[in-house]
Amino acid sequence: MAEVAVRSLRPSLARFGVLAASVLLLGFLALPFIGLLLRVSAGEVLARLARPVVIDALRLSFITSVAATAVVVVLGIPVAWLLATREFPGKRVVEVLVDLPVVLPPTVAGFALLMAFGRAGLGGRALAALGISLPFTTLGVVVAQVFMAVPFMVGPARASFASLDRKLLDAAATLRAREAFTFFHVALPLALPGLLAGVAMSGARALGEFGATITFAGNLPGTTQTMPLAVYVALQSDLDAAVALSVLLLVMAFGLLLGLRSAPAGSFWGRGDARAQGH
Amino acid sequence: MLELKVTSRLGTFELEAELDVADREVMVLVGESGSGKSTLLRCLAGLLRPDRGRIVMDGALWFDSERPAWLPAHERRVGVVGQDVALFPHLTAAENVAFGLRAQRTPATERRRRTAAALERLGIAALAARKPHQLSGGQQQRVAIARAIVLEPRLLLLDEPFSALDAASRRAIRAELRKLLDELSCATVYVTHSPAEALSFGECITVLEAGRVSQVGTREDLMRSPRSPYVAEFLGVNLFRGTLTAPEPRGAGGGARIALPQGELAIAECAGSGDTAIVVRPREITLALERPTGTARNVFEGAIEELVPEPPDGELVRVSLATQPPLIAEVTRQAVSALALAPGRRVFASFKAAGVAVVGEQDEPPLGA
Repeated sequence: MAEVAVRSLRPSLARFGVLAASVLLLGFLALPFIGLLLRVSAGEVLARLARPVVIDALRLSFITSVAATAVVVVLGIPVAWLLATREFPGKRVVEVLVDLPVVLPPTVAGFALLMAFGRAGLGGRALAALGISLPFTTLGVVVAQVFMAVPFMVGPARASFASLDRKLLDAAATLRAREAFTFFHVALPLALPGLLAGVAMSGARALGEFGATITFAGNLPGTTQTMPLAVYVALQSDLDAAVALSVLLLVMAFGLLLGLRSAPAGSFWGRGDARAQGH
Repeated sequence: MLELKVTSRLGTFELEAELDVADREVMVLVGESGSGKSTLLRCLAGLLRPDRGRIVMDGALWFDSERPAWLPAHERRVGVVGQDVALFPHLTAAENVAFGLRAQRTPATERRRRTAAALERLGIAALAARKPHQLSGGQQQRVAIARAIVLEPRLLLLDEPFSALDAASRRAIRAELRKLLDELSCATVYVTHSPAEALSFGECITVLEAGRVSQVGTREDLMRSPRSPYVAEFLGVNLFRGTLTAPEPRGAGGGARIALPQGELAIAECAGSGDTAIVVRPREITLALERPTGTARNVFEGAIEELVPEPPDGELVRVSLATQPPLIAEVTRQAVSALALAPGRRVFASFKAAGVAVVGEQDEPPLGA
C-alpha cells in the first residue's frame, strides 16, 4: 500500500517541481517586458521616437551596427572556414581568442581597446601616423561593436562549415575545383542557414553593445551615443524617451529571434542536425 | 596507363599495394571491408597522401615520395563515382554535371555542349533541371557518372557504385556502364563487394586482404588457383575446410582423402597434412541423371536447389546442389535443357580427384615475379 502511494506521489511531485520552475522563470523573463509595454501605447512610442536625441541615436546605431556586422562577416567567415577545415599548431589559442569576448565583461574589453588604440597605445600610435583616431569617434563605436560581435559570427559559421558533408568537398576536389571555388560554390551556399544565423546574432550583439562602446568611444550625442547608451542617459532625465527606445529595441530583438526560429526547417536551417549545430 | 606502388599507414593499419592498369582496362579491386580498398582509392584520387611510393599516370608523376612530388586531387585527371553519390544538393542535375567544367573555366558554349552530351549519354537529358532529391537512386547514380566522365578523366575510380541501388536498377545501370567503359579510353579501377560485378567488369581482378595485394589475375586465374579462402569464397567456388587423412596405399590411385564435416572427398596427392582448405571448381563438376560409371572418384547425389545464369553473357548456369557436402556446379545452357535440370530434380554430381585444388598451394610462380 505504502509503496504504491510513494510511487504515485513521486511523479506528481516531480511534475509539480518542473511546472513551478517553468512558471517562475518564464514569469521572471516576461515581466520586465510586460511592464515596459504597459507603460506606453504604440502611438506614444512613435511620437517620442521623433525627438532629435532619439533620432540621432537611431541613425547612429543603424550605421554603426550595419558597418560592424559587415566587417564581422568579411573577417569572420574565412576564420570560421579555417577553424572548421584545418588543424594547425596553436589552434586552441585561436579558438579561445575568438570566444573570449563572449565571457569578457564588456567594460574590460572597452578598457583594453582604449589601452591598445588610445594615443599611447601600440595600435593607436600606428593609426595616428595615418591620421586616424579611434577613441571617442564613430569609428571607435564600430571597432567596439566588431570586437564584441565576432564570436557570434564565427561560432555558428564554424559549426555549419564543420557539419558540411565531407564527401561533397572531396567530390568537388576530384571535379578539379580548387579550394576557393569549392568554398564559394559548395560550402557557402550549403552553410548559408548557419551563416545567416551568425549574421543575425552578431548584428544583434553589435546593436545592443553598451559596455565596450561607452568605455572606448564615450557617450557623445550624435557621434558615439548609440541607442543602448541613449536609453541609459534618458533614464536619468527623460523617462518617456527611455521607454520608447527600449520598446523599439525589444521589438527588434524579439522579431529577429522569432524570424530565426520560425523559418521553415527545410529551407532555412537545412536538416535537423544543422539546427542542432546552430544553437 | 596507371602504375602505382604505395605504402600508407593510418593508425595501426598499413596499406602496401602495387597496381598496374592499362588504358581501356578495367581493374577490379575486391576485398573485405577494412582491407584498404577505400584508402587505396583515396590515394589514387589525390585525397590522401601516401607515406611512401610512387603513382605514375600516363608517364606523369602524381606522387613520388623520393622527389618528393604530389599532385592534389584537383590537378589530377581522375573521375570518382562512389557508393554515396555525393551530388551537390543545391544544384540541378545539369549544374552538377557542369560543375567541373565551371571549376576549370571552360567557356560557356562548350560547357553547355559537353554537359548536354554527357546527360544524353547517360540517358538523363530529360532530368537536367531536377535537383538530386527529386531523382531516384539510379538516376542520381547516372548524374554522378555523367559528372565524372564529362571531364574526360584518364583514370576512373568506381567505388561500389551500385551498392545502394535495388537489384533491378542495378542490373540496368550495370549493363550500361559496361558499354560506357568500353567506349572510354581511360584506365578504370572498379571496387566491388559483388562477385557478379567483379566477374562482369573485370578483365583483371586484384584482391586486397589486410592492406596487401594477395592475388592478381584474370577471373580464370583466380578460379583455377585461389590463393586464399577469401578469394575462393568471393568467387563462389566450392570451398571446404577439412582434415587430410592418411594417403591411400599406392595402387589405389595414389591420392589422398580429406574428411569434411559433411562427408569425404578424394583428392590428388598432396604434400600437406592436417587441417586444410580445398576448392572444387564449379566447371570441374559434371552433372548426370544416372550414377556415372567413369573414372571420377567423387560422386555425390542430391537435389537441385537453384539455377542461376552466370554473368557476363549468361552462357553458363550455376547449379546449387543439396548434396553432402553442398556443391555448386557450372554447366552450359545446352546441358541444362538437355538434362531438363530444374529445382528439386535429383542428379549425380561427379568430379575427378585432380579437380580438387588445395587453397594457397602454389602451382605456378607468383604473379609479378
